[in-house]
Amino acid sequence: MRTPFVIRFLSAMPRSGWIAMALFALITLVVMPALHLFMPTDSPFYVSNYVITLGGKLMCYAIVAVAMDLIWGYAGILSLGHGVFFSLGGYAFGMYLMRQIGTDGSYHSHLPDFMVFLDWKELPWYWAGTDSILWSIVLVLVVPALVAYIFGYFAFRSRIKGVYFSIITQALTFAAMLFFFRNETGFGGNNGFTDFKRILGYDITSPETRVILFGLSALVLMLTLLLGRYLVTSKFGRVLAAIRDAESRVMFIGYNPLHFKLFVWTLSAVLCAVAGALYVPQVGIINPSEMSPANGIEIAIWVAVGGRGTLIGPIIGAAIVNLSKSYFTVAFPEYWLFFLGALFVMVTLWLPEGVVGLWKRWTKKGQA
Amino acid sequence: MKSILFSLLLWFCALPAMAALDPAVVKQLAADESDDKIAAIQQLAASADKDAARVLKALSEDALFVSGDTVYLLDGEKPVDAASGALIQPAPESYDAITINNRIRSELSNAIAALRLFNPDRAVRLAAARELQSNAGIELVPVLARALAKEGDPEIKALLKLAHAQSSLGSPDAGLRLTAVEALADSASANAKNLLLPLLDATNEPDERVRKAAKTSLKAIESSLALGETVGQIFSGLSLGSILLLAALGLAITYGVMGVINMAHGELLMVGAYATYFTQGIFRTYFPAYLDWYVVAAVPAAFLAAALVGMALERTVIRKLYGRPLETLLATWGLSLILIQAARVLFGAQNVELANPSWMSGGVEVLAGMVLPWNRIVIIGFTLFVLALVWVLMNRTRLGMFVRAVTQNRPMAGCVGVPTGRIDTLAFGLGAGIAGLGGVALSQIANVGPDMGQGYIVDSFMVVVLGGVGQLAGAVWAALGLGIVTKFLEGWAGAVIAKIAVLVFIIIFIQKRPQGLFALKGRFVES
Repeated sequence: MRTPFVIRFLSAMPRSGWIAMALFALITLVVMPALHLFMPTDSPFYVSNYVITLGGKLMCYAIVAVAMDLIWGYAGILSLGHGVFFSLGGYAFGMYLMRQIGTDGSYHSHLPDFMVFLDWKELPWYWAGTDSILWSIVLVLVVPALVAYIFGYFAFRSRIKGVYFSIITQALTFAAMLFFFRNETGFGGNNGFTDFKRILGYDITSPETRVILFGLSALVLMLTLLLGRYLVTSKFGRVLAAIRDAESRVMFIGYNPLHFKLFVWTLSAVLCAVAGALYVPQVGIINPSEMSPANGIEIAIWVAVGGRGTLIGPIIGAAIVNLSKSYFTVAFPEYWLFFLGALFVMVTLWLPEGVVGLWKRWTKKGQA
Repeated sequence: MKSILFSLLLWFCALPAMAALDPAVVKQLAADESDDKIAAIQQLAASADKDAARVLKALSEDALFVSGDTVYLLDGEKPVDAASGALIQPAPESYDAITINNRIRSELSNAIAALRLFNPDRAVRLAAARELQSNAGIELVPVLARALAKEGDPEIKALLKLAHAQSSLGSPDAGLRLTAVEALADSASANAKNLLLPLLDATNEPDERVRKAAKTSLKAIESSLALGETVGQIFSGLSLGSILLLAALGLAITYGVMGVINMAHGELLMVGAYATYFTQGIFRTYFPAYLDWYVVAAVPAAFLAAALVGMALERTVIRKLYGRPLETLLATWGLSLILIQAARVLFGAQNVELANPSWMSGGVEVLAGMVLPWNRIVIIGFTLFVLALVWVLMNRTRLGMFVRAVTQNRPMAGCVGVPTGRIDTLAFGLGAGIAGLGGVALSQIANVGPDMGQGYIVDSFMVVVLGGVGQLAGAVWAALGLGIVTKFLEGWAGAVIAKIAVLVFIIIFIQKRPQGLFALKGRFVES
């Protein structure tokens, strides 16, 4: 008997999950925007610009964390190169934002400032069409998917897994970073893209634009979470977990792990890219250091802190780590790396299931 | 004949301080016309006389005076005749300093440099020969020829040859030019090439024979330059390879043999480099006389420091994560962050200064115009030493045997009484110590700072993975191969593209041959 899709979809999350999500939607889509737009700035209920930007940023990170959890927590593939996909999305959308600056740059040229600086006379071919937002969105989705698909196809076909895979993804992100650092690559070299002015003709710094981007991030995060839940509760998710736990047995049963891994890997890359595309207009800059190996490995720690294989965990983990980062780098810049380093060590040693695991253990104790 | 000799002898005895210069020429230095002065300067320079140098130097410092008919300079406080060197008494009442203009000054500096070519001090001659590279005029041909005949040092000789050829090329005599062009054939330098290039054109060189000779000489220079370039690239490739190997060798033990993914490996290199810095500080304070040898003392110090840090990491963290490689990766990454920040707090965020010992500076010339720096040569030698050390430790000692036994079959090793836990710690300490040795080498050629290790971690893993996990020999070949390939790619594509190309190559290679260059066979291959 076939379950109707709606029923199947609703069963992807428990009732409490749906309630929590509705609450989250209410806060991020209605309450926070309203407080930001309509409250006077001196009111105690006013949600400041800073909070909106930070919130938007955190939600982008959370999307990345969920994407990471899909491959690490459920398929057992630890990628240290997700910074590449995040940045590719960011750069693809950044191209559109650069074109939106128009002739308002410091050189008043129709070319982006850095190209004028390099004495280029026209846009390189891969910039063609980037003044259209639709084409940019296509780029955001297709380019990272292609890169991930090709890379993943060869890697998974030769059955590279575990640490080997992690290390070559790190080499990938390192190579990509070096490539984007070059001025001749045509993506602004060291400085990347910045000084954005407009998006769809609207001022990118106006409160309305910010709120819309914020809401969009929240929406994408919720959709990502739903999609993730749907996938991992499906038969597909079962096979994936089986591959994680015993790949050889899955093969003997008659499945080909290649397609399963490849699908979830590519999906994860695309989700990262979408997060990157949402991140860039909110933060206002994208540069090659986003692809540094250190960044890639930090994504892993968000997931580990929250709890692998739970989907909600990574969101919590991303929030915890990044909020502490915002706090530490202002209050005790000296100790941030100590804290982060200790976090890596402690989570792997004593909290293999992350914060969510800890919570589960506590609530169980309460029941007993 | 006898009388002439006798009078000469007398003449020498009379003037112990100075051999005489031609007084007429010296007098001409005080002439009114610049052209006369220049002629006199050139004549003095051509004499290749030590005293001429003294007079010309005085002239260039505005310290040559004329009083009536005598030209004199000051020896300390006392006036001495410039030509004879005799003391002038009483000191002249009225005098004028001989003035010179810029045209004379440039002639003068050339003349002084030419005279310095006969100085017994090698460094002075070398500097003088360098000075004459770009602007030796036709008038210096005889001096340069004489200096060339006398010179024994190959480096100076090559420079002189170039200068001699260059000054001869200005000669109106086609025969002289021809010999100059032919002489340039075996001086493989870009300067010689630039000198010859214009001669191919008939507007610059009227004589057909010279043009032809220039063509053959150019060809000879180009081929020897190309050879030099290839040799240079192979050498710098070897040098880069040995650095990669030093960075990766420790990892080849901890990751390759023990299977521990140690992302803090780069920081162990840093510990070694800072230990070197620390040793330098101790030498500076307590044994300043032996400062040149601090690097030698730093070798055991760095090994111990890095090994201790490594063993501490193994005991506290890594031990608990055996068999969970991904967790080890994350935990050691955390440890690396802590070590970086600790170095920042202890030594400051800035790079620290490390002096190159004098016996490591300079270089040795293997081909004309190709100098191999000593520090690179020392590092290649040091790599061989470390390699030999590792080989002996792993294959000829009890510890090495135990390490191999534990990696091959842990329970069985334990059964026959090998203390597996302690062996793990010691083996990890060994790998860490080797990384510390790498740090000593890196401190001599790269910046030493808190995050220096980060730049090597990806490279080190690439070397180990490419070579094949569990294979020390594989790591050696992989490091040397990567070094040479990178340098050749750099030659025609630039450093960044070369680096990217190498990384992409490794990524593709690993997919084709996941087991690396040297695969383990038989029972070691698992799942």
